[in-house]
Amino acid sequence: MIRMTDVFKEYENGAKALKGVSFELNAGEFAFLVGPSGSGKSTIIRLLIGEIAPSDGVVIVNGQDMDNIKMRKMPYLRRTIGVIFQDFRLIENKSVYENVAFAMHVIGASRKDIRQRVPYVLELVGLEYKAKARPDQLSGGEQQRVAVARALVNNPKLIIADEPTGNLDPARSLEILTLLKKINELGTTVLVVTHEKPLVDQFHQRVIAIDGGRIISDALDRYYNYESQ
Amino acid sequence: MKVNRNKTFYFIREGVSSIFTHGLMSFASVCIIIAFLVIMGSFILLAVNITALVGELEAENIILAYVHENLSVSEASALEHSLRAIPNVANVNFITREEAMERFIGRSADDAARFRDIDAATFRHRFEVFVEDVALIGETQHDLRHVPQIASVNAHLAIAQGLVTVRNIVTWASIIIVAILLAISLFIMSNTIKLATFERREEIAIMKMVGATNSFIRWPFIFEGFLLGVTGAMAAFFAVWGLYSIAFDRVIDFEAGLFQLVSFSSDIAIPVFLLFAGIGFGVGVGGSGLALNRYLKV
Repeated sequence: MIRMTDVFKEYENGAKALKGVSFELNAGEFAFLVGPSGSGKSTIIRLLIGEIAPSDGVVIVNGQDMDNIKMRKMPYLRRTIGVIFQDFRLIENKSVYENVAFAMHVIGASRKDIRQRVPYVLELVGLEYKAKARPDQLSGGEQQRVAVARALVNNPKLIIADEPTGNLDPARSLEILTLLKKINELGTTVLVVTHEKPLVDQFHQRVIAIDGGRIISDALDRYYNYESQ
Repeated sequence: MKVNRNKTFYFIREGVSSIFTHGLMSFASVCIIIAFLVIMGSFILLAVNITALVGELEAENIILAYVHENLSVSEASALEHSLRAIPNVANVNFITREEAMERFIGRSADDAARFRDIDAATFRHRFEVFVEDVALIGETQHDLRHVPQIASVNAHLAIAQGLVTVRNIVTWASIIIVAILLAISLFIMSNTIKLATFERREEIAIMKMVGATNSFIRWPFIFEGFLLGVTGAMAAFFAVWGLYSIAFDRVIDFEAGLFQLVSFSSDIAIPVFLLFAGIGFGVGVGGSGLALNRYLKV
């Protein structure tokens, strides 16, 4: 599903974000990627969704080598990945329904399929009663659930959540992570990037810790306390 | 096939809805297109009228070819065929010496009595020669001189040269001013579209993130640009038509037929309409398509 082998990333300004990162995430797994600000978490996300290319090493996502993928094939790879961001990234002038349906329009789904699938996914995230609302009429937790629904609607093999609880209170954060775990139990591979230790501790899942551009810990149910180093 | 129909319907709906969602930007874009095309159209119509006026003056600039004195009327008029065969000759009008005398006396109305007893033999049979291109009048005069039995040729070369100069100035001034207007408007339009696209960069980034192809992102923008461009072009065409009609009526009222504007007939309206539609389409579609490029390279 995801395989990073000895990946280095140096930006044009000379900043070395990753210094030989290697890890693997298999189909159906759930894992947290944790680390302090500037540790290289965002660089890993950007590499996984094809926003940037590695300086060295191999990044494989859903069977595709990200360094060799042609630009015209990138959209088709992205359709197999659902991405959730801290700032939700919803289209403000579209309703909840339209924001989710939009991801299906992109892949050329028929109107019949969209009419069937979108209500189902909205129900899954508990927002079927807010289908006509605009993002600015929703709470932060609800907006993030819309983002989850959008990530989920095309039935991706992999969901990558980049600090999905960063803008939410503890109760809503737990709600979102519980939702992601539920989605994982339905068969989707999930990688959650976060730095919220209490939340991570509640789920007893695999935790990959990164600091200074290197993986410093990769273990089940163990949160590496990088802050104490 | 069903998928394509769905996508087309989606592009159109998104394009139309985006015009209203970003109403202020849409309004600004249409206003810029209208303002530019009205200025451009006004200048084009001014150039058309000046060219028409110069053309009328050119048509009046004739060459007089005098026939040898010893030729009879029938012998002289038989030269017409030779004159018509000369390049650049548009038309030839034979005038007998009697007709020439009558015209002369007619032009000297105040002194008509003085010329009452003048002998028609004082005048020569002659031809009025109309040319196709006044710029070639010198060459035509030269050719006419070489026709046997033509005694002399009289052409107003200085006037002809003056008219050619005016026509050239009008033509070049039109091209330069239209080019400048086009460059300015493209700059303004391109900035307006860039601003509109910048406002929607987040939306474009989201589209890319969920796996939209560049063409999928581009089509609604292009359709939106098309609608704005064509709407602006149509509005500008009717504005120019209306303003020109008012000017046309005013000129008739004030000048009492001394000078008349070229009417806004299909000969002018269709090319202006096609030019406006082409510019509206080009600026709308091309501008929105190009402005998107920088946000699609992710």
